[in-house]
Amino acid sequence: MKSRATNFLLILPGAAWLGVFLLLPCSLVLAYAFMTRGVYGGVVPTFSLDNFVRVFDAVYIEIFLTSARIALLAALVSLVIGYPAAYAISRLPGTWQLPALFFVILPFWSNYLIRTYAWIVLLNRTGVINEGLRGLGIIDAPLDILYTESAIVVGLVYNYLPFVILSVFSSIQRLNPEVLEASEDLGAAPWRTFLRVTLPLTMPGVVAGGVFVFVLSIGNFITPNLLGGGQVKMVGNVIYDQFTSARDWPFGAALSLSLIAIMMVLLVIQTTLSHRIRKIEKVEA
Amino acid sequence: MSTTPVIQMKDIVLNYGALTVLHGISVDFNEGEFFALLGPSGCGKTSLLRIMAGFADPTSGQMLLDGKDLIGIPARRRPVNMMFQSYALFPHLSVEQNVRYGLEMARLPADEIRQRVGAILETTHLTDYARRKPNQLSGGQRQRVALARALVMRPRVLLLDEPLGALDKKLREVMQLELKRLQHEMGITFIIVTHDQEEALVMADRIALMRAGQIEQIGTPAELYEMPVSRFVADFVGKTNFFEGVASGGKVSVAGLGELTSTLPASGAVAYSIRPERICVAPAKNDAFENCFQGVIEEVAYHGQDQHILVRLAGQTEPTIARVGAQQPGTRDIGVGAPVWLGWNGADARVLTR
Amino acid sequence: MRRNSLPLTLHLLLTFLFLYGPIVVLVVLSFNASGLPTVWGGFSLKWYATLFANKKMLYPTLNTVVVATVATLVATVFGTLLAMGIERMRPSAKIDAILFMPMIIPDIVFAVALLGFYTAIKFTLGLHSIIIAHIVFCIAFVCAVVRTRLNGFDHALVEASIDLGASRLTTFRRVTLPIIAPGVVAGAMISFTLSFDEFVIAFFTAGPSSSSQTLPMLIYSMIRFGVTPEINALGTCIIGFSFLLVLLAQRFNRQGTN
Repeated sequence: MKSRATNFLLILPGAAWLGVFLLLPCSLVLAYAFMTRGVYGGVVPTFSLDNFVRVFDAVYIEIFLTSARIALLAALVSLVIGYPAAYAISRLPGTWQLPALFFVILPFWSNYLIRTYAWIVLLNRTGVINEGLRGLGIIDAPLDILYTESAIVVGLVYNYLPFVILSVFSSIQRLNPEVLEASEDLGAAPWRTFLRVTLPLTMPGVVAGGVFVFVLSIGNFITPNLLGGGQVKMVGNVIYDQFTSARDWPFGAALSLSLIAIMMVLLVIQTTLSHRIRKIEKVEA
Repeated sequence: MSTTPVIQMKDIVLNYGALTVLHGISVDFNEGEFFALLGPSGCGKTSLLRIMAGFADPTSGQMLLDGKDLIGIPARRRPVNMMFQSYALFPHLSVEQNVRYGLEMARLPADEIRQRVGAILETTHLTDYARRKPNQLSGGQRQRVALARALVMRPRVLLLDEPLGALDKKLREVMQLELKRLQHEMGITFIIVTHDQEEALVMADRIALMRAGQIEQIGTPAELYEMPVSRFVADFVGKTNFFEGVASGGKVSVAGLGELTSTLPASGAVAYSIRPERICVAPAKNDAFENCFQGVIEEVAYHGQDQHILVRLAGQTEPTIARVGAQQPGTRDIGVGAPVWLGWNGADARVLTR
Repeated sequence: MRRNSLPLTLHLLLTFLFLYGPIVVLVVLSFNASGLPTVWGGFSLKWYATLFANKKMLYPTLNTVVVATVATLVATVFGTLLAMGIERMRPSAKIDAILFMPMIIPDIVFAVALLGFYTAIKFTLGLHSIIIAHIVFCIAFVCAVVRTRLNGFDHALVEASIDLGASRLTTFRRVTLPIIAPGVVAGAMISFTLSFDEFVIAFFTAGPSSSSQTLPMLIYSMIRFGVTPEINALGTCIIGFSFLLVLLAQRFNRQGTN
């Protein structure tokens, strides 16, 4: 009994805080999603499913699709850059690996806005890249890179790449080096070992990293806001609009819920998948 | 068993930076033999195995397989296969997929792959488990998959790195015999790395005992046990008692005890080694033995089939161990503190200069 | 030793170029007298002078330090206690999900949810409402980090301490705390950085008064005007400060483990 009381006291402050300032607000959003907008904004407590019907409006479906496309692209590009980078780090001499990882994560510790801003400096019409290319005579007129989907993808990849590298690296680390040697011993050339052993066995890290980037990207607000400059809208921006200029909280709540639902589905799939793979790998322990 | 060498190693040296792991190893592994590389951890036995497999290149030295130079040929092109210490089964592939992996890499026709995989699964009693994943197998079954996966390649030489290390004692004994049976049936040269001297004695036709990157002695199990060339060999293979002394003629003079007889001529500082089972324990002096000494029993350790009696002889820092059968008459009333006589013959002792 | 092939090494170098290129450009431009992105007008500190002459920097900076410090202190204590309590309980996927939520929920969604909640209970907005919000996600991060540390914790150590006659409190102070300390410090560091840099939630929960503006909110409003040399200078300061903090923490951590 004494131990249960201690437990209760240990958990109480944190649990209460999360309960009041996380679960309650989220429940409120859940409730708002089923209510109606007042004439001058505000929320009228009349039950309605209209908000969810509106989510399936072509305009918003389009926005969800755009968001998903950008997030998927960000995830894929992060993996294409991140996997070989993690692989290269795992094959560095032992004393170099930790410092290399440290420098992969270091940028993450600096301000997100500043890091995103740096890309505005690089990409804008009179920015470093355009002026540089013009100076070299490669282009005549400045390229419109900023305020496009590509710019958003670059910004997202830039911010989330460290996580992908970490995630893939840790799954490469978990590999039993003898398994790779066994493949070589049985006559496999390096590329066949990679395709048939390394890649399948590091899938948990690939999936975790990819889902992570996708989930954080699809709900992102700042990056499309700054690098998309209002030209490209993602779900986060529409939610922002509903709670600010449009003053349609119930619809904003419905959009938020839909967004979270998509994220949840993906996370559940990822967790189940990695659980299944971990179980297969248990033989290594 | 022939004495045609399959793998010949000449003056193999291996350096890791400033550290020398192997100091000029020369050894021939013969066709169809079961060879054990024995030694304590860090003696270089695994490095030697990895050089043969192609996972490490020697700093210098020569290595021939069937008379042809092996150095520089990558692991995947060597007709040598390895059974890894962790078994290194591919966790995402089934037993059958694990076993056919190497044959697929060799791009053999599908028919041949099917037939060879089927046959080896049969031999290793794994047919019923073909569809299982490694995590659904017991330790002993995994070990057999690792074995099947290497044997299906029909290698000239199979290298086994501590193959029984992960198994419990009972299963280990079963698998020792199983390994011998498979080796015999397939007629492939087995080179096994182990730190367990008992395992080496039971399984191997020949043993190389290694120490600090060098081979201390090569020989049959009986040669190593009966005729060790050094203190290290006598001590590592089986149990023994040492008496440090000075030899002249056939006698060794030991402080506190006097002269011990032996049949081996030597001179200078030596270790006189006598195995515990060669020592007779009796309540009274028995003149049938050339060497008889009285001591006091310090401890009796019961081992089931026999017991180890630790006796303190005059002037000795270490107790002398004698092994007697538990059922041997007259040993029932042996007790700690009792005076007792130890006796042995000089022919059973070894005089070691190294 | 497996070695990297040339293409792999090249790829790794390019990856680092991608990660650090934008930062280096920003830093270099902040010292460029010309103020233009492609014309080097010589080394100059004038943009830093302009930046620090600007009084509007002062209060947001102070606000941010206050928010991050208070949020970190509260969250570190609550999060550590929570982690210890949860690790003593039976594992539960539901609890894990709730604790995971603040880390992955889009900041915009959490921000509007809190704004809705504050409005519904007629809560006055200001620095305190930002702090409350930041504590939520900081607790989650501290708890997660401390839990990984507790995961490898051998409970026999606690039993050994009690067996040797120590009270529960002494055991916590002399055995548990020193072992989880690196996790607690790491959690606090993550909290401080996240809170210090956080923009969206602060933007929604700061209320209309400009007196509760934080540094990220100021940066955001500056960025909206476009690229200016002052932002480059401010960005350089913030990046320098963050990197310094991380390096210090790294040192501290290394001393702790030795």
